[in-house]
Amino acid sequence: MSGLKKGSIAVVGAAESDLGQVAPNTSPVDLMAQATMRALDDCGLTLKDVDALFVAATQVRMGPMSLAEYLRIKPKVFDGTQIGGSSFMTHVAHAQMAIQLGLCEVAVIAYGSTQRSVSRAAASPREFNPYESPYRPILPISAYAMAAARHMHQYGTTREHLAEVAVAARKWALLNPKAWEKEPLTIEQALNARMVSYPFTVRDCCLVVDGGGAIVLTSAARAKTLKKKPVYVLGVGETLSHANISSLPDFTVTGAAISGPQAFKMAGVTQKDVKMLSLYDAFTINPILFLEDLGFCPKGEGGRFVANGAIAPGGKLAVNTSGGGLSYCHPGMYGLLVMIEAIRQVRGECGERQVKGCDVALAHGNGGVLSSQCTVIFGSENTV
Amino acid sequence: MMDLMKQSPLGTYVEHLKKGELAYQVNKDNNKAFFYPRAIAPETGSTNIEWRESKGLGTVYTTTVVHYKGEPPLNVAMIDMDEGWRLMSRVEDIDPMQVKIGMRVKFRAHPGDEKTLPYPVFTPAGDAQ
Repeated sequence: MSGLKKGSIAVVGAAESDLGQVAPNTSPVDLMAQATMRALDDCGLTLKDVDALFVAATQVRMGPMSLAEYLRIKPKVFDGTQIGGSSFMTHVAHAQMAIQLGLCEVAVIAYGSTQRSVSRAAASPREFNPYESPYRPILPISAYAMAAARHMHQYGTTREHLAEVAVAARKWALLNPKAWEKEPLTIEQALNARMVSYPFTVRDCCLVVDGGGAIVLTSAARAKTLKKKPVYVLGVGETLSHANISSLPDFTVTGAAISGPQAFKMAGVTQKDVKMLSLYDAFTINPILFLEDLGFCPKGEGGRFVANGAIAPGGKLAVNTSGGGLSYCHPGMYGLLVMIEAIRQVRGECGERQVKGCDVALAHGNGGVLSSQCTVIFGSENTV
Repeated sequence: MMDLMKQSPLGTYVEHLKKGELAYQVNKDNNKAFFYPRAIAPETGSTNIEWRESKGLGTVYTTTVVHYKGEPPLNVAMIDMDEGWRLMSRVEDIDPMQVKIGMRVKFRAHPGDEKTLPYPVFTPAGDAQ
């Protein structure tokens, strides 16, 4: 991402919409608008300040138009790039381009979904693919399950390793008052849960809930004048590798191996500087793959890396402290909430689950069937 | 060059399947096999494309077993064909959990039905090379 400058923009506002199960007939745009106002309140800005809008959603085909109409604003810059759950990390990169070029000053990135209320099938219908649909994979689950099966075959990763990821997420969720899951989970319970797409049980799969979020970004100069301490965008990286799982060449290597180094290079930091990781955990194999591809352990070692509670509270590396998509919240395209947790950790707002001295946090987004991979590294004012 | 006013990549592929053949394409400019069928070859953008009939032998690259409520478990697998291309498919005539990565498999045409075009499936091929 040469041309983008470390720390040129900062997140100044961040908020979730209502999460979980919202009232019947709530629309995805209701949730986007609610989150947008909460995020603006968080930094002391108003709708009049917003001159750029970035929206992606599965239930709203032309997101920027729908949210602009709802709020009756006329953004100068808008972008509806839709690459699945990592869309919002890409929006951060695009917002940075626009703000650095002086095309806009205050950007809102927003998302909303009512997939629990209307069902996943209604919220996110699959496109027909004549080369895949006849075999009836449960997508996206079966695609990730096949990545896990290959990783198990090639590297000796086990179903217990996958369960470790689910259990760690649950332990973090129990420290997060906003988390959907409220009961403890054991390895045995995860292993013995209902099988969905081998090797995945329902506990290897993310939640299906309603929800949304918004973040507000502005130039580093303006960020310093606002209510909260700025959380700077230190580095971004993004890549696309395929759309359908059949076209992924190596099921054990993701585009995070490209987006991660891009983001680290721009940020001028290394893995050792990162105090907390927010990794899009649509499925338990995801954090394992991303820990490897982002350089936190060697390729193939991700399963053994997460064993023995290593990414749970009190472990050697803080991963998905919100409880993740597995136990906190997963409203369809979860990438925006992945970033919100990293932003809050850098701000030091995470209460019981706060990581001490978290001046650098990495948020990694995943979209489609391991298809789009986008990394954003956030830092406190000490890091710019 | 494929004239999209007269024929489509999927249409040509299905015509082969109706004859019991598994067809794939090769980019004649770089001699690389590719799948799914396209009007334009990936990477080079070439239209110098040749259809070939696969020998029908491949190896399971990865596999899963999907569980639909009220139905028997169903295999879904990725098959690496000996000619150097990959497709999603299903291995039949075997317990889905016994479909293993590295297993040799052989093509068979599934006729499809009113809603579904014909599509390729696979069966265990023993140690066929």
